[in-house]
Amino acid sequence: MFVSYKWLQDYVDLSNVSPEELAEKITRSGIEVEGIEVPAKGIENVVVGHVLSCEKHPEADKLNICSVDVGEEEPVQIICGAANVGENQKVAVAKVGAVLPGNFKIKKAKLRGEASNGMICSLQELGVEGKLVPKEFAEGIFNFPSEAVVGEDAIEVLALNDSILELGLTPNRADAMSMLGVAYEVGAILDREVHLPELDYNKHSEQAADRVTIEVEAKEENPIYLAKVIQNVKIGPSPQWMQSRLTAAGIRPHNNVVDITNYVLIEYGQPLHAFDLDQVKTNKIVVRLAKENEKIETLDDAVRELKPHHLVITNGEEPIAIAGVMGGANSEVTEKTTTVLLESAYFAPASVRQTSKDHGLRSEASSRFEKGVDPKRVELAAERAAQLLSLYAGGEVLSGTVGLDDMDKSEKQLTITLEKINRVLGMELTVEEVLDLFRRLQIKAEADQTTIQVSAPTRRGDLLIEEDLIEEVARLYGYDHIPMTLPVHETKPGGLSIRQQKRRLIRQVLEGAGLMQAVTYSLTNDQKAKEFALDVREPVKLMMPMSEERSNLRLSIVPQLLESVSYNLARQQDRIAFYETGSVFLEEEHSDLPREDEHLAGAVTGIWHSHAWQGEKKPVDFYAVKGILDLLWERLGVAEAIRYEQSKEEHLHPGRTAAIYLRDEKIGYIGQVHPSKEKELDLKETYVFEVKLESVYRYETAALHYTAIPRYPSIVRDIALVVESEVLGGDLERIIKNAGGSLLKSVKLFDLYQGEHMEKGKKSLAFSLIYMDPARTLTDDEVVKAHEKVLQAVKDQAGAELRG
Amino acid sequence: MEERLKQLQQEATAKVEQSVDLKQLNDVRVAYLGKKGPITEVLKGMGKLSAEERPKMGALANEVRDDITKAIETKQQLLETAEIEKKLTEESIDVTLPGRPVNSGTHHPLTSVIEDIEDLFLSMGYTVEEGPEVEKDYYNFEALNLPKGHPARDMQDSFYITEDLLLRTHTSPVQARTMERREGKGPVKIICPGKVYRRDNDDATHSHQFMQIEGLVVDENIRMSDLKGTLNVFAKRMFGEDREIRLRPSFFPFTEPSVEMDISCKICGGKGCSVCKGTGWIEILGAGMVHPNVLEMAGFDSKKYTGFAFGMGPERIAMLKYGIDDIRHYYANDQRFLTQFGQKEFK
Repeated sequence: MFVSYKWLQDYVDLSNVSPEELAEKITRSGIEVEGIEVPAKGIENVVVGHVLSCEKHPEADKLNICSVDVGEEEPVQIICGAANVGENQKVAVAKVGAVLPGNFKIKKAKLRGEASNGMICSLQELGVEGKLVPKEFAEGIFNFPSEAVVGEDAIEVLALNDSILELGLTPNRADAMSMLGVAYEVGAILDREVHLPELDYNKHSEQAADRVTIEVEAKEENPIYLAKVIQNVKIGPSPQWMQSRLTAAGIRPHNNVVDITNYVLIEYGQPLHAFDLDQVKTNKIVVRLAKENEKIETLDDAVRELKPHHLVITNGEEPIAIAGVMGGANSEVTEKTTTVLLESAYFAPASVRQTSKDHGLRSEASSRFEKGVDPKRVELAAERAAQLLSLYAGGEVLSGTVGLDDMDKSEKQLTITLEKINRVLGMELTVEEVLDLFRRLQIKAEADQTTIQVSAPTRRGDLLIEEDLIEEVARLYGYDHIPMTLPVHETKPGGLSIRQQKRRLIRQVLEGAGLMQAVTYSLTNDQKAKEFALDVREPVKLMMPMSEERSNLRLSIVPQLLESVSYNLARQQDRIAFYETGSVFLEEEHSDLPREDEHLAGAVTGIWHSHAWQGEKKPVDFYAVKGILDLLWERLGVAEAIRYEQSKEEHLHPGRTAAIYLRDEKIGYIGQVHPSKEKELDLKETYVFEVKLESVYRYETAALHYTAIPRYPSIVRDIALVVESEVLGGDLERIIKNAGGSLLKSVKLFDLYQGEHMEKGKKSLAFSLIYMDPARTLTDDEVVKAHEKVLQAVKDQAGAELRG
Repeated sequence: MEERLKQLQQEATAKVEQSVDLKQLNDVRVAYLGKKGPITEVLKGMGKLSAEERPKMGALANEVRDDITKAIETKQQLLETAEIEKKLTEESIDVTLPGRPVNSGTHHPLTSVIEDIEDLFLSMGYTVEEGPEVEKDYYNFEALNLPKGHPARDMQDSFYITEDLLLRTHTSPVQARTMERREGKGPVKIICPGKVYRRDNDDATHSHQFMQIEGLVVDENIRMSDLKGTLNVFAKRMFGEDREIRLRPSFFPFTEPSVEMDISCKICGGKGCSVCKGTGWIEILGAGMVHPNVLEMAGFDSKKYTGFAFGMGPERIAMLKYGIDDIRHYYANDQRFLTQFGQKEFK
C-alpha cells in the first residue's frame, strides 16, 4: 500500500511530524514502512508553460520549434522532439538551470541551428513511473488541464514533491489497505483526531429504483450488493489533484469515472465498479453463480471460461462482470457513456480468492475483497463515489440506493482481564492505561476493576480473540516498554541426543581427516535422483516442479556431491574432498510419509598428499578414503562390527568397489566412480562413499573399559605369504586371526609384492604378527606352536606358501 | 734423560696444539703415549740409572705422561665441540620454507551458525528436536493456525508432492509434532534446526532450499518479557555484547502478538548505513507468543499454558556476520568459499 503523505493530511493533522518521523512511528507500532519515495526529489525550476506556437524545424523532421509562455516577460523558444506537442497546450517546462532526476541539468542549447532555452517534459522525465503515466501521454509530453496557471511550479501542481510511504502490509492488517484505515492507525499512534470525508451532494429527484432492479441469487457469496445510478455523466479527465493522488497510490489515471471509483477504492478500501447502464441493456442486475460453459470477455480483452463456483454479475441474460475480480467488456464505461450504474458490494473473501486464482487475475479490488472489506463502508463508499461523480463528472445522482444488504454488521464483543494482559506481556499496566490505548485506536472499551469489555469495530476484522487485543495494547504502548526477563521454571539440563552427538562426531572426524562439509540441494532431476542409490526405487516427485532440474527428491547424495566436485574442478582446484550428511527420501507403500533416511556421503579427487617444493605429490586412492572411514568407525565405536566386501555397484568401478557391512546389514559402499561415468561428468579419478547412518546411530556401542598395559614382552614374527593373485588380503588376515588363538594380539599387513620376482599369477603378502600373554613371559615353544597353526591354516585355507 | 723427557713433553704439547682434527690428535696420542712411543723408549733406559735417580726419573716420566694426556684431553674436547658445531652448521635448514600441509576440512558456515545457536540454547536447558522434511499439510499449515484457504498461505508458496504432502516451508511443524508428543504437559523447551523449501527462483537473495532454526518454550506463566529477555541473550551472544535489540510488531499466523526483532547495526553504530538501509537497525528474526489455537491443536490447555516461539534463517545470520553477499554461495560448495570458514570463533 502506497500512502501519500499529502493525501493523508486530509484526515489527520500531521503538523510537526515529518514523513520520516511518521514512517518510523508507523513501523514501530505495527506496520513496516518499507520505503519513502519523493518522486520529484531534487527537481527544481520546472513550471507550467503555455505553447504559443509550434512549427516544424526546417532542418529536422522530428523536431518542433515552440514558443512557450513560462510566465516571464518574453516567451522562450524551445526545441521539442515529442510527437504530441502542439499549439495551445499547457505543458511542464524545465527552464534553463533546471535539474531533472539523474542530475540532468538543463542548459541553453542549439539544435540544428535553432536556440533551445529549456525543455518541455514528459511525466517520466519528472520522476513518474512509466506505467503510471496516463496512456495518452505515455509516449510523449504531458498536458495540463487548460485551467492550469502559467508560471506556477509544475512539481507543486503535479504534487510530485509528496512523500510516498510504502507500507508492507501483513495479511492480518487488511484494515490498512485504505487511506481511512491508515488514518485510524496514524491517529492512534499520534493520539490525534481522524476526520472523515463529508458526504453531502445534490441528488436528482428521480429514484434510482425506478431505473434499475437488483436481484441477488447467491446471497452467501454476495451478502451486500448496492447500486447507484448517475446520469448525464460527461466523460473526461479527472482533476489534476485526483490524478496526482492516484499516481501516488500506484494507479494510472484513465478518465473521471474510472478514476473516481479507484479513488474511493484507495480512500475507503471498498472496491467499486462502474457499468455503462445503457450497455447493460436490461436495466436489471442479477448476481448469481456462473453456469457451466458460460464465457465472458473481460476488460483486458480476454475471453474467459467460467466455472459454476465463479460468482458473476449479469444483466439477467449474460454475465457483465466477474464479481470482485474484473468487469466485462460489454458493459465497460467508454467515452460515450452517459449513464453510470455504480456497484458497491461485499463479496465473500473465499469466493473472490478462488475466482481470482482460477483466472490468474489479482487486482486492487480482488486483493481487498479476498481479505474481507468493512461491511459498514459498502454504502458509505457508494455515497462518496456518487458525490465525486456529481462534482467531477457533471453527473446527476438519482435518489436512493438500490440493492440488498443482508449482512450482520454488529461489532464483535471481546472480554479480557487486566491480569491476563499483564501476565502474557510480563508488565504492570493499569486499567486506565489500557482503556486509553483503546480510546486512541477508536475502539469502544469499558472496564470494571479487572475486566475489560471491548467492541471490535467492523473495520478491524483482525480482532477476534483476547490475544489480538493484547497485541493492540502491546504494540501501541510500545514493545520497548516490555521488560527483559528469562522464563522462571524448573530448569532441566539441555543436551544433544545420542544421534545428534554422533552426527557432530562424524563432522569432527571427517573434517579432521581432510574432508570439507558440503550442503547440496535435496531436489534434483529424475536421472540424478536415482543414480548411486543404495535403495533403488522410483524417487518421490513434486506435483508441480519449477523446473525439471528440481523435480525429484534424491535417493542418494553422491550425484549432487559429484556436481560440486565438477564445479570445483572447473575452477582449478587440485584437491577436492567433500562429505555431506542429509536426508534421502524413499517412497513407502504403506506409509503416509516417505521414509527419510539420513545418509553420509563423500567424494574425493585429486592430490591427496602433496609437498610441492619437496617434490611430493600423491593422488588420492581407494585406501586413502577407506582409511578415513576406518578412523570414523573406530571413533564411533562400531569398528568391530564393520566389514568390507568386494562388490559391484552401478556407476562404480567393478574392481575398485567395496560394500560396507555393519554386522550382516549392508549399510553402504565405497569405490571409484566408473571411468565411463567419470568421463561423462568430466571428472578425474574420483572416489565416493555413501553410508546409511540410521544403522550406525542405532548401534549400541560398548562402554569404554581400560585394559592394563602389558608388563611382559611380546614376540614379533614376520611372515611373507605367496598366494594366487585372486586371494584377498582381508581373507588372509581373517584366517590368521582365527588360527592364531588367544596369544596372537595383532596382525598387520606390511608389504604387498607382485612383479618380476614373482611367479606369474601370484603375489606376496607380508604380515607382522605379535604374540603376547599379558600374564607372563611367553616361551619360544608356545610361540612356535601358535605360529605353526597359523602357517598351516593359511596353507590349508588359502593355499599360501611361505616366501623363500 | 731428564732433558730428553722435557724435550718430549714440549714436542708433544706442540703437536697436540697443532692438531686440527680428532684423527691427528689420536695420532699424537699413539706417537707419544703408545707402547712403542718415545716415553716408553726413555723409560727403558732407566736400568742404567742410579738407585737415587731412578725414582726421581720415574716420577718425572709419569708427570710428563700425565701432562701430555691432559693436554690431549683438553684439546680433544675442543675439537669435539668444534666438530659438532660444524656438523650442525652443515645440517641447518631454511626454516622459513612452508611446512608440510595437513589435510583438513571445515564445517559448512551454515552448520557453524546452527551449532553455535544450538550450543547457546543447550546451555539454557533446551533440547534439539528434528522432524521430517516431507511433511503433511496438517503439520505444516493447519496445526499452525493456517487452515486451508487462509490468506497467509500465499506468503509461502510451497512444493507439493500430493494434495496432502509437501516439502515443509518452515521448521515450525517440528514444534507442532513435539508439542503433540508431550501430550499437553509442559515444559516444552526446544530448538528445531533444519532444511526448508519454498517455491522461489534461486537468485542472490532467494533460494528454493534454505535453513531455518526455531525455538519454542511452552509452560505455565511464560511471558512476552521472557521472550524479549531470551532474544536479548541470544543477540548479544551471537553478535556481540554491545548490540541492542528492539521488537517491532509483525504478523505470523502461529503467534499472537507477533514481533520481529532487530539488532542495532554494528557497522554504523546506529547512525544509518547501507547495511541497515539507513535505519540503524537490522532485522534478524520473527517471534511471538504462541497462538492459543496452536496450543489447543497440539493438546495444550491455552488457559493454563502460554509460550513463545522464534525463528530465524542461518543464511541471513551468516550473511550479516561474515558479509556474504549472495545466498547461492551456500549451495555451490565452492571450496574457495568454504575454506574461509575454517577458523574457530571464540566468544
